[in-house]
Amino acid sequence: MDNKKLALQVSALCSGTVIDHIPADKLFEVVNLLDIRGMSTNITIGNNLDSKKLGKKGLIKIADKFFTDDEVNRISLVAPNVVLNIISNYEVVEKREVKMPDELHNIVKCSNPNCITNNEPMPTLFHLVDRKKGTLKCHYCEKEKNVNDIELL
Amino acid sequence: MEKRSLVSINDLSREKILSLLETAGKFEENPNRDILSGMVVGSLFFEPSTRTRLSFETAAMRLGARVIGFSDAATSSASKGETLKDTIMMVSSYADVIVMRHRLEGAARYASEVSPVPVINAGDGANQHPSQTMLDLYSIQKTQGTLENLHIHLVGDLKYGRTVHSLLHAMRHFKPTFHFIAPEELHMPEEYRIFCRQNNIPFTETTEFNEDVISSADIIYMTRVQRERFSDLMEYEKVKNCYRLTNSMLQGSKKNLRILHPLPRVTEIAHDVDNNPKAYYFQQAQNGLYVREALICDVLGINV
Repeated sequence: MDNKKLALQVSALCSGTVIDHIPADKLFEVVNLLDIRGMSTNITIGNNLDSKKLGKKGLIKIADKFFTDDEVNRISLVAPNVVLNIISNYEVVEKREVKMPDELHNIVKCSNPNCITNNEPMPTLFHLVDRKKGTLKCHYCEKEKNVNDIELL
Repeated sequence: MEKRSLVSINDLSREKILSLLETAGKFEENPNRDILSGMVVGSLFFEPSTRTRLSFETAAMRLGARVIGFSDAATSSASKGETLKDTIMMVSSYADVIVMRHRLEGAARYASEVSPVPVINAGDGANQHPSQTMLDLYSIQKTQGTLENLHIHLVGDLKYGRTVHSLLHAMRHFKPTFHFIAPEELHMPEEYRIFCRQNNIPFTETTEFNEDVISSADIIYMTRVQRERFSDLMEYEKVKNCYRLTNSMLQGSKKNLRILHPLPRVTEIAHDVDNNPKAYYFQQAQNGLYVREALICDVLGINV
C-alpha cells in the first residue's frame, strides 16, 4: 500500500470516487457528462498523466461522491473502458466498470435534422439495439447510428 | 379505457395485423356503421395529402363520427410557432382520437406520448405510414387468399420508398420471398438486406425489369421513380422508361398475379395495364377506407 501511494501522481482520497483510465482527449467530455461543475465537494481533475495502458490518461477524483449506475453508464458513451474506484478510508473498496445502458435519456442528440427531437423542445431517447456493434436507434425517427458517431447534447 | 395509438407498423405483432385485417373485412361487407356516433375525430394534416386525408375522413364519417382539423399547417397555429405538443394538447381536449400527418420524423410517436387520446400516424416524414402498409397487406391477403409464402416483386425506387420498407418489415411474419428490382441509384439500402438475412427472408436483386423477371411473381409492387432523386437527369430519363410496366409484359405472368401501387402513379404503369384484371391499384386504394375504419375503431378500443 505504501509503495502504491508513493507512486500516485495525485494526492490520495479519503472517501469518494476516483474515475481512472479516461483517455486524455476524452477527459473534458466526461467532466461535462457527469455534471461535475455544479458539485461543491473537493474535486481533483488531472490530465495527461502517465499511463502504461493508455500512454496519457485523465483522472477525476471527487470526495464524498458516489455515482448511481445511471450516472456512471453515461460515461460509456465517450470512454467505454473507464474504471471507477470507490474509496473508503483511503482504500479501494470496489472497482466498477462502465456498461452502456439500454436506454439513453436526453444524452445523445439525433443527427437527423428532420427528427422531431431537433424541432421541438423535448428530451431525446435512444435505444441500444446492438451492444457489440454499438448501434443506437432513435426512439422517435427510428434512424440508427453508431455510438462512435454520436453527438452529445 | 386503455389508450392505444398506431405509430409504426413495427409495433404490430402478427396476431394484431391479422385481427385488424379481419376487422377491415367486416367493414368491406358493410362500410356504413354508426359506431362512432357522437364522437369527434381530429384530422391534423400539417403536411398536405389528398388520398390519405380523404380516406381517413371518409372512414370517420362512415362510422358516424364528425371531423375537425386542418389540411395544411399554414392554416394551423403551427405557422404562428406553436409547438406540436401544444397543438396536440389543445386538439385532444376537443377530439376523441387524432389522425395526424407531419413532415417531421417521429412526430407521431411524440404526439402519442403527450396526447391523452389515441393518435394514428398518417405519415411522419420519410419514417412511417402504417395505414398504407395495412391496406397493402389487406390487398395482398384479399387477392391471394393468404399472406404466407408469396413471391413479392418490389419495383422502382427501393431506396427512398417508405412504403416498400414498411411492407418488407410487416411481411417478416409471413415467410415471403422478395425480389428487388431497381436501378443502381435506387437499390434497396443495406439495412433492409441485413434485416432480410436476420429474419431468414430469401431475396433476389436485379436491375433488369422484363417479362422473365416477373414470371414468378404473385405480387408486383410498383413505385414511382422520382425525378428529384437523381443528380444526373440524363440518368433519370434512361431509367424511368426501364421501370415501366406494360400490358405486353404480363403475358407470361402467373394467373394469381396482382399489381399494386401506393399511387399516385405517373408513367411507371402504362395505361394499357389498367384494363387487365391483374391491375389492382385502384381497388387497393379503395381498401384503404375499410382498413382505416378498422384502425380508428381499434385505437378507440371498440370491438367490431
